Amino acid sequence: MTNPVGVLSLQGDFREHLQVFERLGIPAIAVKRRAELDSVSGLVLPGGESTTIGKLARIFDLFNPIVDAIQGGLPVFGTCAGLIMLADQITDGIVGQETFGGLDVVVQRNAFGNQLDSFEVDLPFQGIAEHVHAAFIRAPLITEVGPAASVVASLEDGRVVGVVQGNRLGISFHPEVTGEDRIHRYFYDALVCA
Amino acid sequence: MSGLDLVTMSEFSKPEVGTQLVKRGLAEMLKGGVIMDVINVEQAKIAEDAGAVAVMALERVPADIRAQGGVSRMSDPDMIDQIIDAVSIPVMAKARIGHFVEAQILESLGVDYIDESEVLSPADYVNHIDKWKFNVPFVCGATNLGEALRRITEGAAMIRSKGEAGTGDVSEAMKHIRTISGEIRALAAKSDDELYVAAKELQAPYQLVHEIARTGKLPVVMFVAGGVATPADAALMMQLDANGVFVGSGIFKSGDPVARAKAIVKATTFYNDPAVLAEVSRGLGEAMVGINVSDLPAPHRLAERGW
Repeated sequence: MTNPVGVLSLQGDFREHLQVFERLGIPAIAVKRRAELDSVSGLVLPGGESTTIGKLARIFDLFNPIVDAIQGGLPVFGTCAGLIMLADQITDGIVGQETFGGLDVVVQRNAFGNQLDSFEVDLPFQGIAEHVHAAFIRAPLITEVGPAASVVASLEDGRVVGVVQGNRLGISFHPEVTGEDRIHRYFYDALVCA
Repeated sequence: MSGLDLVTMSEFSKPEVGTQLVKRGLAEMLKGGVIMDVINVEQAKIAEDAGAVAVMALERVPADIRAQGGVSRMSDPDMIDQIIDAVSIPVMAKARIGHFVEAQILESLGVDYIDESEVLSPADYVNHIDKWKFNVPFVCGATNLGEALRRITEGAAMIRSKGEAGTGDVSEAMKHIRTISGEIRALAAKSDDELYVAAKELQAPYQLVHEIARTGKLPVVMFVAGGVATPADAALMMQLDANGVFVGSGIFKSGDPVARAKAIVKATTFYNDPAVLAEVSRGLGEAMVGINVSDLPAPHRLAERGW
């Protein structure tokens, strides 16, 4: 029996991520504190506001432990704001905005514009399905992919919206709000239990 | 072979904007967060820096609207543009109840959410805005479940309790969230054949009433607003199952807005941890002065606007 998966629960749609794992029958817990972080077998970084999540992680002494855990090999999966938090480099952040890092990519915040440009689309996701229903909500884009990361999802025009790097997965969209549970399944089976 | 078989199916569908899912979805991303009223770029940056998940851009905070009186309207587009340019978090702005042209203007400015708000003077005492006609999502105030369901029926993608804005008195927000939660629990206890009358009494569509009775929750995110002035107020609302809080006058009408903004953000995340709440409540300086709602003559109560 492995340890439960954790969902970083400082701000954002962490409950939706926990519900996906519940539907899949995968044990999962909310992570707000250091002791909880230390007990998980993988960590999901949810959607939300990356500026808020980063500040709260810093204030409540989770920031460096999460960085260390990722560098130490903890499997991670970030959606939207979570992808921003996993990027080694970001553009259009606020002054001094920090990320946990771990993915060899450059991510642009709010890359599509404001809420009027938020959209839903079906797209292929490598190794998972030809049609994944994806919701992009004030979403970020992966504007540069370094040699360590591989593209797993793109828009029709080729813009990159998902990458994997070892046991780290980052995507621009929100499977947790569209009832698309297969990406969480993939994260658990292929990256956490690998 | 039919013609359809000859069409090459693309793996990609056509992107769709302004859907119910993306409208409600943005509110999902704001959960567990604090949305702060700001009247200029400097305040907007303080809010963002303190960890606000969004800002509400308006010319006067409710406490000043209350003090100054007169007709209160949508803010100057210049001021809203400046705030949109200054911050990276979502920007909301208020339109008067029923004033669909103010809403059209705000949508054209590219705000991320419109608050059809009782804090401004209502433009229509009969109808609210038909919010389905817009691609931008709307948040609306409610004092009870029926009101919340009527707003959702009109297309609201997020609900907030009304509270009594500009008072610093949390008792009305308390009353509204307890009323809404209690009415949802009462619905959940009813059998299917009792829901027809429940829908009649709530003055809301049967389908929506049925959905709420069976899921035990609203289909949209619900924040609390109106009178939140301290970290403890914010945590109180979160413990009562609010999804997040709006703080209007409570931050920038207080003695030390920077410290108070940060403290309320922390309290909203660690709402269940009294030790953290005690820590963040220390040394915040003066809270906004406040007005007891019971001292307000009924015609001056904003929560009674809208129906």
